[in-house]
Amino acid sequence: MSDGRGPDWERSSTARVLPPARPRKLAKVPFVELADGRLQGVVSSGSDIGRVYVSSVEAGSHTFACSTNNNRPCGGARGMFCNHILAMVNEAVLQYGGERVARYLKVEPDEPTGQAIARDMMSTRPSQGDSAAAATVFSQFLRHLAYLELPPTTAPLPEMQWFPPTRAVV
Amino acid sequence: MRADLLDEAIPGLDEAMAAVDAGDQALVAGLLRPQPAQVAALTELADAVAATPLAGRVAEAVEKVAAGAASEDHFVAIAAARTALLGSVHDALTARVEEATGRSGDAGIASAAREARSPNVLAAARSWLSDLARAGWRGIDHDLVSGAGQVISAMLPDPALRRLAALLDGFAAELAASCPGAALDRVPARRWGDLWSRAMMLTLSAGAVPAGTATGRVLPLGVDLHEHATAAQAQVHAVFEPSDGGPPRLVRASVSVPKPDTVLGAGIWQLLRPHLSLLAAVGDGRSMDLDGMPVTEEGDLVWDDEHARPGAAADAFATARVALATATAPVPAPLDRHPARIAVPVFLEGYTVDKDGDALTFTVAGHRLPVDTDRVPSAGPLTPEAVAASGACIGLLRWDDGTFTVQPLAVETTIKKKAVAVHAGAWAGGTTDKNGVKAEKAATDAVTVLRERAGRLLRK
Ligand SMILES: [Zn+2]
Repeated sequence: MSDGRGPDWERSSTARVLPPARPRKLAKVPFVELADGRLQGVVSSGSDIGRVYVSSVEAGSHTFACSTNNNRPCGGARGMFCNHILAMVNEAVLQYGGERVARYLKVEPDEPTGQAIARDMMSTRPSQGDSAAAATVFSQFLRHLAYLELPPTTAPLPEMQWFPPTRAVV
Repeated sequence: MRADLLDEAIPGLDEAMAAVDAGDQALVAGLLRPQPAQVAALTELADAVAATPLAGRVAEAVEKVAAGAASEDHFVAIAAARTALLGSVHDALTARVEEATGRSGDAGIASAAREARSPNVLAAARSWLSDLARAGWRGIDHDLVSGAGQVISAMLPDPALRRLAALLDGFAAELAASCPGAALDRVPARRWGDLWSRAMMLTLSAGAVPAGTATGRVLPLGVDLHEHATAAQAQVHAVFEPSDGGPPRLVRASVSVPKPDTVLGAGIWQLLRPHLSLLAAVGDGRSMDLDGMPVTEEGDLVWDDEHARPGAAADAFATARVALATATAPVPAPLDRHPARIAVPVFLEGYTVDKDGDALTFTVAGHRLPVDTDRVPSAGPLTPEAVAASGACIGLLRWDDGTFTVQPLAVETTIKKKAVAVHAGAWAGGTTDKNGVKAEKAATDAVTVLRERAGRLLRK
C-alpha cells in the first residue's frame, strides 16, 4: 500500500492498464481502432449497403487515406479529410475518450472533442497517403467481426480473474 | 468473521513477495543482455526456491541468462520458480482465510492437470513469450507484440485452448497499447510478470478436467464478472448440497465467450446468458437441481443445461446466513495456485461503513476491510452508493499487494423504507429495470449491426 488508498499500481496483479471502451452506436462506423501507429476504421457507405470505406490517419504525421473495401479511392478525400475520416475521428472519441485519441495521434487540441482533434490535424496540412494500409485495416475488421462467431465455453478460465471490470469512466 | 486475522502479518510472506518482485524487475529490462543488477535479481528468485525440487533447473536458467545464452527451457524454469513462490503465498493466505472464516478446505489435493495438446500452436506461443522475456517490458515494440496475433487467431476457435487464448489476447492488447515500452512512465511489473508466467505454464499444462459429477441442489450466492476488450466470463458462486447427504461444498459455474470490443455492459450478459441457465436463477432467486453435472476437483461445475433443471425458491441471503458457513472450500490445482485467484465467498453484517472520496471501508468487529466496488459491473443495479448504505453483504474476499479486500456480490439495504437485496449480477439473466432495458436495447442494436456487417462481408 503506497498511499493507503489501494495497492501500489506496479505491484498489483489486477492493475488496470487499458481503460474499457465506451458503448456507442455502430451503424455509421462499425469499427475503429488505435493500432499500428494509426487511427483506423471502417465507415458504412450512406448510399450502398454492401460498400464500406476504409479510413486511416497516421499518428504524428497525420497522413490520411480513404478508399472502399474494393480499393477504389474515396471521392471525398481530395487533399482534405473526407466525411468518412471525420466520422471516424468522432466515433473514436466516443469509444476511447478524446484524451486517449489525442495522445495517440500526437495532437494537443484546445478541447478533447472529435471536431477539435480533426481541426488540429488538418491545420498542419497533412499529406494524403496511398491506400496501402487499407487491406490490413479491412482484415482487422473481419477478424473483429469473426469474434462474434466464436463458440462460448462453460469450462472455467481461471486467468480471467486478472481481468476485473472497472466502473472508472474514461 | 475474524477480520482481525486478516490484518496480521503472515510469516515469510514479505520475503517471498520480495523474491517475486526481484524477478519482475529483471523482466522489466529484459533478459537478452542482462546487467549485473538483473542477474542479482534473478539469483534472488532462484535462492527463494533453493529448497524445492526446482532448485537445479532454476539455478541453471539464471546461469544461462547471465551468459546471454538462455533458451526457451530456461525461461520456462524462471516462470516455474515464480509460479511456485506465488503458489506458496496462495497457500499461506488461504490458510489465513480459513482461520478467519472458520471454514475448512477440502482435504483432497486437486489431481495433476492434463497435458496440453496441439503442440505446434503451443510451441509458437512459448516462442513468442520467450521473445518477450528477452526484450523485457521496456523493450516491447509493435513488431514484437503483433507476433502474438496469428497464435491467438489459431487458438481461439478451439474451446480446449480457450484458457491460454483468452489470456494471451488480453495480455497482448495491453502490451500493444503500451508500445514502445521504452516510452512508458511506469510498468505494471507484477501484473505482466503474472500474465507472462501464467501463459508460459499454460503452454505446458491445460489445467483441470472434470473428475466427477455432481447430483444435488445448487444455491446461488452471486455473480462475479470478468472482462477484457475481447473476452468476458461470468462466474456464479454457489453452495452445493449433494443429494446423498454429503457435506455442502462451495462451487462455481462459469461461462465465457470471446467478443468484439464494442460489445459491452448489458451486451456481455446477452452473449453469456443463453449458455448458463444458472445466471437467470440468480436474478430470479431460485435454486437449481443438478443430476450428473460434470465437476472438477477444483469445485468448478462444467455447466450443461441437460444436467440441470429449475429448483425451488432460494434467497441468496438465506443461503449466506445458513449454508455458507458449513460449506467446505475446494482446492485449486497445484499450478493454478496464485493470490489473484483467491475469491472466497463471505457473508458480512453488523459492520459500519466509512467513505473517503471513492474509497469505501467496512469496519467489521473493530477491523477495517477495504471494499472493492470498482469490480462491481456497471451493467447492474448494485452501485457504490447502495453498498455504502448497506447493512449486510455477500462478497468475495480477495487479496492484492499485501491487502485483503471484499468485492460485493450483493447487499441488503433500505430503499424507500423497505429492506431489499441488490445483486451485482441481477441483470445477468435479463431485467425489467428501466435503465437495464435501455442498456439491453442499445446492446442488441450494436450486435445486430455487427452481425449484419459480418453477414455481408465475412462470407464473401
Ligand atoms: Zn472517405
